[in-house]
Amino acid sequence: MRTLLTGAVIAGVFVLGAIVSFFWTPHDVEAINIAAKLLTPGDGYWFGTDHFGRDIFSMILVGARVSIAVAIVAVGIGMGIGIPLGLTAAARKGSLLDEVIMRGNDLIFAFPALLIAIMITAVFGPSAVNAIIAIGIFNIPVFARLVRGAALGLWTRDFILSARVSGKGAVRISLEHILPNLMSLLIVQGTIQFSLGILAEAGLSYVGLGVQPPTPSWGRMLAESQTMISFAPHLALFPGLAIVLTVLGLNLMGDGLRDMLDPRIRRVRA
Amino acid sequence: MLHFALARLTSLGLSLVVASVVIFFALEVVPGDPAAYMLGMNASPETVAALRTELGLDAGPVERYFTWATGLLTGDFGISYTYRTPVAEMIGERIKVSLPLALYALALSTLIAFPVGIWAATHRGKAQDMGVMAATQLGIAVPNFWFAMLLVLVFAIGLRWFSAGGFPGWDAGFFEGMKALTLPAIALALPQASILARVMRSALLDTMGEDFIRTARAKGLSRRQALWRHALRNALIPVLTIIGLQFSFLLAGAIIIENVFFLPGLGRLVFQAISQRDLIVVESVVMLLVVAVIVVTFCVDLAYAAVDPRLRRRG
Repeated sequence: MRTLLTGAVIAGVFVLGAIVSFFWTPHDVEAINIAAKLLTPGDGYWFGTDHFGRDIFSMILVGARVSIAVAIVAVGIGMGIGIPLGLTAAARKGSLLDEVIMRGNDLIFAFPALLIAIMITAVFGPSAVNAIIAIGIFNIPVFARLVRGAALGLWTRDFILSARVSGKGAVRISLEHILPNLMSLLIVQGTIQFSLGILAEAGLSYVGLGVQPPTPSWGRMLAESQTMISFAPHLALFPGLAIVLTVLGLNLMGDGLRDMLDPRIRRVRA
Repeated sequence: MLHFALARLTSLGLSLVVASVVIFFALEVVPGDPAAYMLGMNASPETVAALRTELGLDAGPVERYFTWATGLLTGDFGISYTYRTPVAEMIGERIKVSLPLALYALALSTLIAFPVGIWAATHRGKAQDMGVMAATQLGIAVPNFWFAMLLVLVFAIGLRWFSAGGFPGWDAGFFEGMKALTLPAIALALPQASILARVMRSALLDTMGEDFIRTARAKGLSRRQALWRHALRNALIPVLTIIGLQFSFLLAGAIIIENVFFLPGLGRLVFQAISQRDLIVVESVVMLLVVAVIVVTFCVDLAYAAVDPRLRRRG
């Protein structure tokens, strides 16, 4: 419970920052002020300024919004497509459909998110949407496999047998009985994929395949800071810490939720 | 075992064929003509048509796919649209950096994770275990390219032990080459070592709770003896799986880390190719990396079927 709470507080701070950035930031994130360039953290600029004189704290707030939005939509894509695929594969276990779905998943697994992003960028050019699609596609087999594996176990249980005897079809059983029993598993995995999504978005933006200027993103802030790291290390420090803390918070939340929702793990830990 | 290997081999072949179709046709839908892009806006239609013929772009997509796919099998990846040199030669030059980097990082990650994971498992619940769990939790959260920048700041700019980037080439000597790859490999290895150490720890703890370990303990073996003689081998199955999966992450991660250290590897090549619309290079590099992932997964399947005979029966 302590792990869950610590993680929720850390991640919550960044979610709050992202929400606040819609209404308020200390400075305009797109305003260039060369007179105030490369200021170290201090009065008026809590985290200092970059080479264009933009306020780093404000950019981190807006960057949180971008990172969180990309990761949430990517998890949504993964769940939205992966869960129905996993449920279908489990309901039709051993059939040709099951085989096709699972081999398709294996194939997607062979494409790390970065390679998918490279292919999409080569076709359509870099953008935040492409980053979302790339990370989302990578999430599909994660949820499909997880759901299929867990659902197979449920299909052999007595309460499913009673549902079948009462005349319910595979689709209704999957939606009314299997899916609700997978919710805790999905919440935990969703949190983990959310944190991986934040890391992946930062990586894609760092190499120029994700969010494009002038929208601030933590990954691109790091890329821009790279040539100035010897004389202005604060440019790299704050966006990096923002990524680490958000991912750490979400991972702790994931661990905490798993401990809370899975009695087997609770027993092993004890 | 032979039946299992043949079944896996068939699945491997099918995966490779489907992957090549997906990669080729995904990149074939690109709007715009590479020939027109290369010659610029002022080129006459006749010149563009001539270049299209020279690059083989006027054939149908299916015919071009078969030319490309059969070429891959014979090591002929085609000619770069931009540099007019064989793609295989370009990849051959760049892979001399990327592959050693990924393998170096994999070796470091394994060398760090095994002792750390075993140490944490043998001190379960104590301060050492909690310290390892906290450190690895942090290690997983650190983006490798940010860690790479911090390494440059400390070890290249501050202490001047390593260069901040670039690669002298293997002609400068093995030691010089490895030295240039050391910081990138450490940056790549850290998050992977954190994941692997946690998997090693939990796999060992799971195995230590099994009946056969209890039997070994009942026969007089100490906890430590049971761990080293029996639990470790059984705990290796999930660890091997993760090592296999990590290889693909390391190859992909190497593409990003190469940008931090300005290493002339496959990553730099593919990003240049994207900006120059040199699609044949993009297709070939992506295909090569996907082949690497699929083949490594195949080898891991075979390896853990060899370690655990029960898995062979499951097919």
